[in-house]
Amino acid sequence: MATEERRRERLDRGIKVRTEGIYAISTWQEMAYLLVPRLVLILGILMLPLVIPSLYWQRVISIVCIYALLSLGFDFLAHFVGLVSLGGAFFIGVGGYLAAILSTSLGLPPALTIPIATLVGGAICTFLLLPCLPLRGIYFAIVTLMYPLVLAKIIEALDILGGTDGIAGVASFQSRWVEQYFIIVMVIISLFGLRRLVNEDVGLVFRGVKDNDQAVRASGISITLYKSIAVYIASALGCLGGAYLVHLYMWAGISLFALDFSILPIAATVIGGGGTLVGPLVGSFILVPISELLRAFGTLRIVFYALILMAFIVFGSEGIMVYAQRKYHQFERWVKV
Amino acid sequence: MNSGPILEVKNVSKAFGGVQALTNVSFEVYEGEIFGIIGPNGSGKTTLINCITGFVKMDAGKVFFRGKDITGRAPHKIADLGVTRTFQVMRPYYSLPAYKNLIVPLFSPRARRTGGWRGGGRLGDRDTVGIDILEEIGFERDSFVPYKLASTLPTGYLKRLELARCLALRPEIIICDEVFSGLSMAEVASIVPLIERLQMDGITLVMIEHRLRELFRVANRVMVLNFGEKLTEGAPAEVMEDERVREAYLGTEEV
Amino acid sequence: MDNEGPLKRFNKKVDIIIYGTINSIALALMALGFTLVYGISRLPNFAHGALYVITGFIVWGFINTLGLNYFLAIILSLAITGLIGAAIYQFVLIRVRGMAISEIIASYAIALAILEGLRWGGFKGMTYTLPVFMEGGVEIFGVPVDLQRLIVVGIGIVVVAFLWLFTHYNKIGLALRGMAQDERAAMMLGIDSDRMAVIAMALGSVLAGLAAVVLLPLGNIVVEAGYRVLIFAIAVCIVGGLGSWVGAVLAAFIIGFAQIITVAYIESHFHMVVALLAIIITLILRPSGLFGRQKELEERV
Repeated sequence: MATEERRRERLDRGIKVRTEGIYAISTWQEMAYLLVPRLVLILGILMLPLVIPSLYWQRVISIVCIYALLSLGFDFLAHFVGLVSLGGAFFIGVGGYLAAILSTSLGLPPALTIPIATLVGGAICTFLLLPCLPLRGIYFAIVTLMYPLVLAKIIEALDILGGTDGIAGVASFQSRWVEQYFIIVMVIISLFGLRRLVNEDVGLVFRGVKDNDQAVRASGISITLYKSIAVYIASALGCLGGAYLVHLYMWAGISLFALDFSILPIAATVIGGGGTLVGPLVGSFILVPISELLRAFGTLRIVFYALILMAFIVFGSEGIMVYAQRKYHQFERWVKV
Repeated sequence: MNSGPILEVKNVSKAFGGVQALTNVSFEVYEGEIFGIIGPNGSGKTTLINCITGFVKMDAGKVFFRGKDITGRAPHKIADLGVTRTFQVMRPYYSLPAYKNLIVPLFSPRARRTGGWRGGGRLGDRDTVGIDILEEIGFERDSFVPYKLASTLPTGYLKRLELARCLALRPEIIICDEVFSGLSMAEVASIVPLIERLQMDGITLVMIEHRLRELFRVANRVMVLNFGEKLTEGAPAEVMEDERVREAYLGTEEV
Repeated sequence: MDNEGPLKRFNKKVDIIIYGTINSIALALMALGFTLVYGISRLPNFAHGALYVITGFIVWGFINTLGLNYFLAIILSLAITGLIGAAIYQFVLIRVRGMAISEIIASYAIALAILEGLRWGGFKGMTYTLPVFMEGGVEIFGVPVDLQRLIVVGIGIVVVAFLWLFTHYNKIGLALRGMAQDERAAMMLGIDSDRMAVIAMALGSVLAGLAAVVLLPLGNIVVEAGYRVLIFAIAVCIVGGLGSWVGAVLAAFIIGFAQIITVAYIESHFHMVVALLAIIITLILRPSGLFGRQKELEERV
């Protein structure tokens, strides 16, 4: 008696497309296949503040978005340009203090201080990091690690910019909904903007800087120039987060240079899946609320991020979104043999 | 255009730690010729290329391109002038199709100015230009070859891809680091006409080679390096007769 | 020089010379472990400062909770620190070897886990101190110097001499040096790269611990010292040229004196700023450091 034999066949949509030549979106299924994940993501984030009624958790979402901006910058630098930034707090601090100064001493509204702090802050950070850009990545990691510690120290020692008391009286947003949706929209724009950027031709140049720098230089392209562009983008994202944070709390202080801003984005990126750009966002949405719940434990939270990071690295995990994207692009079916 | 040499290398020396890799090497390359540099393993050929193209800082000496001093300039600036090079160890973007590998060089300021090889001074769509260049250099356009992932290409095509990367810059000089090494006779036979055609197009070629027979077929003049020093220079036939050259190669390569 | 920074102002030039020397040797002690590990296995050990601090706490624990003899406590805790270092390599770093991004993140994560764990565990405040080896002090050219600082100088010199002898006359030391010069060639000659890296990590950790044992009696044991030591060690290594020991010692003197001079003439909180400035200036003027060979710019075939 012949038993029916079956085996599982697994197809990878991406490879199928690449091997079978031209791929056109023709049916509504195909369109849905591409659009649904994007729409779920965008609508999901936009709906979140409406679904969550508690003021406290709405505030947490704003914090999540700040970390998401930092993580996006980290992922972009680490996985597309090959620079590991250990100092997200540096970007937050520069952006934050800049916005606070503009707001308190010049009396500018958030609508002006945030864009200025973002653009100028990015330029300041890039300028300060310029000396280590022609060199290998390890120098960048070291210098970004040092800047937040040193800047906090300088502010404390010289008692400038409010010293340990910080700068109080920073203007707040005009309404709670502006405050909430401004940052959410910025995160979505940054996410899709960066994704677009890395998939354009210039994205290939960035990736070349990361893992084929000899060939890039032999092609007549300045590596330092492209590294500075990338650092500018990432630090501007961080400064945007910092400026927003300052207006959110109506206060700027040394805690802007806190270790959390440096380490959580790294953990979020590793957990969410590096190199996907969506992953860091997902990672932030997982880690920041947990971190809020653990607020009572103080610095133990940093231990917690560090251990998660180590576990993910040691066990070679690929991260949530890398796995999810791969599974989404594969479909399995049973075939008769 | 001045009639002097297009590339002039004067007394270049370079030491790594205590090892003298190059000692007082000088030579001149004239426009439109194929200049061969041969030498046994470890004679400093690759170091010489690295010095000329700025990847390694030389200890002493000067390099002139069309009479302009380019000593110690950054590699991308030298490439921007049109002095391009290939690498002995090829590192294409393995995960990308062959034609996408040309996106990066086509992104360079020089390619945008010149439009790439045979471009009319304005760069069109990068994908199309990339495929055009690949077709010229022996990737069959109507086949799948230009669209194949670089990781699946055989060595011969990867070497062509290296040349294509230089051509995308619309170069004046291509310095080839061992284009023939690792290729079968048939593959070499298919690349040789290509190189002759590049010469006819007015590109000056400096070819660093380990395989003499193939090089002597195409080169106009040849220089011999041994232990970082220049042994002799001349037409291939003269060089082949030279006793010292035979000595340097004895046992390592049959001439 | 203690880690808290001397709070008094220096007036005389002799002061600056004597305290500058002591400070420089202290910096060299902090940096040697880091430069050893980096030089041998090209591994930036960002957990270096954490190992420094944890040794201090282990010694403190041995003395105050177990009531061990001070000398015994030091020997035991150095051994434990060495084991921790070896374990860090064997269980964590070995899996990310050669992946620069992961190496940095993993070792920094270890550092954070240790340091912030200690901070959470209640090790803060001013109560944690180690006794000095010898009470009292002497006057050198009219400058009062306590004996512990002289011990720092003595041990610093002994450590440098020992390292030199070890790497020039001992089989394992020679193998380590071989690895440092050319890892691939060393592997071809039958040197086990991973075993050597474990040894290097253990040795580097013991050196970090030794620095802690000698330097911590000059002040309190605080978690912040972990970050500070890491930054000083890195600054010294970059100025000296990553992986070069001669460079590291020389750079320790440059930064050490620069720090003491800023304390004397400008401001007493600028230790870290001086370190960062030293790094930035080095990167601009001479990226490979005083004695570094810049391999990364060269195509190695």
